[in-house]
Amino acid sequence: MTLDPSRQGDSITPAESFAALLRSRGLGPRWDLPAGSSRLDPPEGTTVLAFRYADGVVMAGDRRATSGNVIAHRRVQKVFAADQFSAVAIAGVAGIALELVKLFQTELEHYEKLEGRRLSLTGKANHLAAMVRGQLPMAFQGLVVIPLFCGYDEQDRVGRLYSYDVVGGSYEETDYATEGSGGRDARLFLRGTFVPDLTETAAVDLAVAALVAAAEEDTGTGGPDLRREIYPNVVTVSAAGFAEVPEDRVAAAARVALERAT
Amino acid sequence: MTMPFYVPPEQLMKDRAEFARKGIARGKSIVAVQYRDGVLILGENPSGTLQKISEIYDRLAFAGVGKYNEFEQLRIGGIRRADLTGYSYSREDVTAKSLANAYAQTLGHIFTQDVKPYEVEIMVVEVGAIPADDHIFRITYDGTLYDEQRFSAIGGASDTLMQRLGAAHHEGAPLEDAIGWAKAACTSVIDENGPVGWEAAVVERTERRRAFRRLDPADL
Repeated sequence: MTLDPSRQGDSITPAESFAALLRSRGLGPRWDLPAGSSRLDPPEGTTVLAFRYADGVVMAGDRRATSGNVIAHRRVQKVFAADQFSAVAIAGVAGIALELVKLFQTELEHYEKLEGRRLSLTGKANHLAAMVRGQLPMAFQGLVVIPLFCGYDEQDRVGRLYSYDVVGGSYEETDYATEGSGGRDARLFLRGTFVPDLTETAAVDLAVAALVAAAEEDTGTGGPDLRREIYPNVVTVSAAGFAEVPEDRVAAAARVALERAT
Repeated sequence: MTMPFYVPPEQLMKDRAEFARKGIARGKSIVAVQYRDGVLILGENPSGTLQKISEIYDRLAFAGVGKYNEFEQLRIGGIRRADLTGYSYSREDVTAKSLANAYAQTLGHIFTQDVKPYEVEIMVVEVGAIPADDHIFRITYDGTLYDEQRFSAIGGASDTLMQRLGAAHHEGAPLEDAIGWAKAACTSVIDENGPVGWEAAVVERTERRRAFRRLDPADL
């Protein structure tokens, strides 16, 4: 691979996108299947959620991936840093979703390095919407991926969160959003328990409790596994940036939530 | 039919090199200095917006002098190459050596094949896990690649700057010392009006994935 200044692209196109660069080199991800291909049954990620708290947004996801009624993986990560001030969580076909996240992360960093500044939070959310829309042909064949996106708006000094639908619609949510097979149960739980402006401690506890509630009702959602020491991924995005909640803190919250659930 | 005049290749290369050197000499120089926790890149830059030092990848930084649009194009090319490599393989597979080689190929090709050589000199800097793994590569307008030790300089005054840095530099010094040497060296080659503004960044040994950090000009 060499540098080729003659292929720098048109200088009047706004900011060059990494995905466009990949496509120009024939390396772009393939978001469609040949017609008549048989139905696959790849592992799917299940429950993720996000809600606002006093300092920003908290986002959490269980660790299970299922393939039909089989547990495919027990330690899947579904919540990722998109960049320093945003996070993305995924539900749906795991393989495609992981690729989507990797591409999204690279895209944000690529833009930041080329332009010398980060994309605005709305810009990031819109770009993710376009990526989900680009994946539509796969969705029609049953390979659906739906993300949740949240971040800290550095201009307005507030945490924001966005949910998506299968055709790439992007919706800003004011309080909470959930996605995945256990998403409905987590949402029901949050509807009864969510209050605005929680402290970080309370927010982490609530996020874990909502996932435990979802795991109680939904077979696809993996609850905290104390024996194998598998706990949900919980992250926060605030003025200080993206931060992962330490595992022992999540473990403590999980033990409390499990006790209350029984 | 008119015959083109014969120009001996020696003369052709000499003319091109002189043209490129003249262009580079008009701009300001940039120095790179290794210190205890990484590598400092510093230069005089009156503009706070049009930057000459940039992040390329996790542990890699770029600096260019000469014609802005030309080294900017190289910078963008470098970021694309690094991101493509990291995306296709793994983040550890993006190295300064491979990028510097690509730059050398590109500049060498342009120098001999294009209508006009690039009037630029660039640096690729990488911070390693230990000081011995730090790299400073310098690439000149004709694609010559230098693997520099401890410090380097690009621009019209690079020879003088290298001498001054050579006299001052000692290993294991903190960042403040490195900034002091770099500023002293740069100030010595600036005309009587003195420096009008600095631009500086470091790639540092850190727990963060992205080692590049810009230094606030007000702190310098």
